[in-house]
Amino acid sequence: MQSKTTARFWLSLLLTALAGSLVFGQDLKSFEQKITTKVLPNGLTLLICELPDAPVFSYTTFIDAGGANDPPGESGLAHMFEHLAFKGTSEIGTTDYAAEKVALAKVEETNNAYEAEYLKPVGRDPQKLAELKKASLAAQAEAEKYVIPNQFTEVAQSNGAAGLNAETGLDETQYFWAMPENRLELWAWLESGRLSDVVPREFYKERDVVLEERRMRTDSNPIGRLLEQFLATAYVAHNYGRSNIGWPSEVSQITATEAMAFHKKYYVGSNIVVSVVGDVKASEVLPMLEKYFDKVPGGPKPEDMTTVEPKQFAEKTVVIREQTQPFYIEGYHRPSYRDKDDAVFDAISDILSNGRVSRLYRSLVRDQQIAAEAAGFSPYPGDKYPSLFAFYAFPLPGHTPPEMREAIHKEIDKLKTADVTDAELAMYKTRARADLLRSLADNQGLANALAEYQTRYGDWRELFLQLDRVDKVTKDDIKRVANQVFVASNRTSAQIETEAPAGNAKAGGTQ
Amino acid sequence: MKPLRSIRMLSVAAFAVFSLSALVCPHVSAQQIKPWERIPIPALHEFKPHQPTRIELKNGIVLFLQEDHELPFVNGSVFIPGGSRDESTAKAGMIDLFGQAWRTSGSEKTDGDAMDDLLEAKAAHIETGGDVDSTSLSWDSLKADADQVYALAMDLLFHPKFSPEKLQLAQQQDATGIVRRNDDESEIANRESEKLVYGVDSPYTHQPELATIGAVTLADLNAWHDRSLKGKLIVAVSGDFDPVAMEARLRETFEPLPRVSPLPPHHDVFHDPARSLSFINKEDVNQSNIEIMGLGTDRHNPDIPSLAVMNQVLGGGFGSRLFQKVRTELGLAYAVGGGVGFDYDHPGTFRVMVLTKSASTVDATKAALAEIAGLSEKPVTDEELKRAKDDILNSFLFRYDTREKVLSESVRLEFYGYPANYLETYKAALEKVTLADVNLAARKYIHPDKLAVLVVGNGPEIKPPLDDLGMGAAHPIDITIPQPQQPAGQESKQ
Repeated sequence: MQSKTTARFWLSLLLTALAGSLVFGQDLKSFEQKITTKVLPNGLTLLICELPDAPVFSYTTFIDAGGANDPPGESGLAHMFEHLAFKGTSEIGTTDYAAEKVALAKVEETNNAYEAEYLKPVGRDPQKLAELKKASLAAQAEAEKYVIPNQFTEVAQSNGAAGLNAETGLDETQYFWAMPENRLELWAWLESGRLSDVVPREFYKERDVVLEERRMRTDSNPIGRLLEQFLATAYVAHNYGRSNIGWPSEVSQITATEAMAFHKKYYVGSNIVVSVVGDVKASEVLPMLEKYFDKVPGGPKPEDMTTVEPKQFAEKTVVIREQTQPFYIEGYHRPSYRDKDDAVFDAISDILSNGRVSRLYRSLVRDQQIAAEAAGFSPYPGDKYPSLFAFYAFPLPGHTPPEMREAIHKEIDKLKTADVTDAELAMYKTRARADLLRSLADNQGLANALAEYQTRYGDWRELFLQLDRVDKVTKDDIKRVANQVFVASNRTSAQIETEAPAGNAKAGGTQ
Repeated sequence: MKPLRSIRMLSVAAFAVFSLSALVCPHVSAQQIKPWERIPIPALHEFKPHQPTRIELKNGIVLFLQEDHELPFVNGSVFIPGGSRDESTAKAGMIDLFGQAWRTSGSEKTDGDAMDDLLEAKAAHIETGGDVDSTSLSWDSLKADADQVYALAMDLLFHPKFSPEKLQLAQQQDATGIVRRNDDESEIANRESEKLVYGVDSPYTHQPELATIGAVTLADLNAWHDRSLKGKLIVAVSGDFDPVAMEARLRETFEPLPRVSPLPPHHDVFHDPARSLSFINKEDVNQSNIEIMGLGTDRHNPDIPSLAVMNQVLGGGFGSRLFQKVRTELGLAYAVGGGVGFDYDHPGTFRVMVLTKSASTVDATKAALAEIAGLSEKPVTDEELKRAKDDILNSFLFRYDTREKVLSESVRLEFYGYPANYLETYKAALEKVTLADVNLAARKYIHPDKLAVLVVGNGPEIKPPLDDLGMGAAHPIDITIPQPQQPAGQESKQ
């Protein structure tokens, strides 16, 4: 059995003692001893947190690039690449990589020829198009002869990988799973391999899979459809307004060449943090990890995008009329996570939305009885760039989106004109601390958070030091920010208005 | 910026459990050592899961204490037998209303709203809820507040004061859920596919309607509370506490209660569904949800280890036959998977689901049916067996790698009357599963002629049509939401 005095214990002492920040530095030091960070020559940051409670570890690979980085005309590219990263390398997933490489080049060549004909504005020859399509499919079939499908994930899973998955957000791409600790080196081989040596295998079939994912999440889901329209309306310039999974015409024409170019630009060491949390000893495993992750290409941190969403000066509204039940959402542009008021937005969302004491619950759900659920949340849809503070409500039967809007605006007005109470402010601060403390119980959650804070602030310590900003939020801050941000000209709203089914004369039908 | 955020795009796979592949590579000889096989796998660090202390009181109530001093929290739960499968069909939805109104109403001493104020100021929680076979009350708080929160939780457990306003609030919430239940096609598919196996009036599928939730009264909630509290309660406490003091406190609370009286046993009868094809039309989608359903089994069945391995081969995840064929090879789906379900005390369902674009509905259904039938026609290979077992056994320790998980498992086994060493014997049995066992299980439990197929999708877009499945004309299912009956003498208005 391992000693009970683990890092989590020290950290909990530190957080509960955190009344004044003087004590903090001292306790942070005890936790720091459990964390090792190492920046490799290629710029990649390794972060190891030793929590030997059980013989397991969780990891997160955090790439500082997501859907917002998709080039114009290629929305969905970051996500498409993420799918590719499960297809193996030159060493795994293939029977003969040398031959496969030749076959894959042919796949690109034939696909490019097909696309060129397909995109001809005039004079597209249907017969030629059909022939090119056939040639492209034949090239794919030839390349597939060398594929051992899903071998990468199979090796991981037959070695005990649990919760194996990845997420592509607008700001970042994350890969993660948990494993028995004796597979650490095997994991390092797999993970460093797919970061440095990905092969564009089965790309065009995977594109079909991703189109199915889009149908499931967006096209065939009423809230998914609405949110896509909501964001596309709220943003006029910044990529946060673009579909993260990709517009159908664009995803369906992404090529493997484009995906590999995305990889070359964004999957460089300086753009990657890899965190490992669990039963690992940094002093023992670091040399081994360095050996594997050194393989990741170096290169400069990719330049940041120049686009900044311009100030909104016109209120915008989206109405979807369809046979689904009503829903209302509105959003206001707010600054990014680096803004000095970041914690003030968290305070507002906590006071308005957290639990049955929250203002929106008590007003719309409990007292007025017009909504089943109502809340405000932020940042949405990302946090790296200026985003939105959004409010939504699901009306009770017989109530309408305009009633939701009016009731939400009344609550916003209260924030602008009157101070929140001492009790509300104190509650926010207490809950922020306790929630952070609770989140430490989970290896995977901690791995994600450490990698994210290391990337976003250049220092994982900010995960804890942010409590200092939480403590400094005042009533005046809340009033000031509410007055700055929650104004009509900065608002975009979207709603579903329910239509009766066409030609439905049957009594009592609610479909 | 917060460590945990909400709306994200989860990728890769929709199902939790993953597995192995059916494909054997013809070009590689079995002897060739692959690069990853050269990597050493040392012995795993020694580990014995920390078992909770089990105390059975004289009245039959069982306590579990799981110390964990890493974080300064104390968490507790009381599990109470009896749930929605025990409510009357005429009042379907009663348990859910009970689970909500119990907490929001509060107790004689402290009403629900006051309780909210008190607890949230301490970042503490007390919650109640209803499930298919149980209701529960749980609490958590920082260590410093543990005594006060425990007292409040016990006050709510024994002395609730159900309020008409909070019952009405819960009824409104559930009414909203009912009128919205046909908006999302996956919700329709989940709900209606279960009915194809259990029947529409089964205790497992009877459906709350506006009329049945409207029929629930305060007297029903009080009666349920008084009746269910006589059952065999299980009390589980975990976290940063002194075990001697905690045991004394729990004894003080629960020892004076009368001898527990068990609920009457269920005698439900379960049948395989008839081979059938059903269809629900939804014209605002561009993807079909296909559900292939049959009767599953329960965990007492000695064939469970073989079935678990078989499930891993059929539809467990990335390497499963369904995933390899329908997603990777054909590119017809993002979400595909399934297998034989086993519940603890009643048969689960056999369920395979595929989500595919409208135009490929027939192709995807045929491909999935072929893989299901193929389990008996194309026997599981040695390679498949090894991978399936490696998948399950090498990740087995994630069932007990935290003290919280060990406690949950202990409670589950106690609740359903399984031996405390169930996981150990289950693991030992999994290790012994042979090729013959899996292939026998496939023949015994996979019945292609007893599968009901449900498609939810956009009728006009489904080309080729469902007729091409060769299962006869699709039987339409009416999912119109019934409106409550009007008082006598009034005409229904449209």
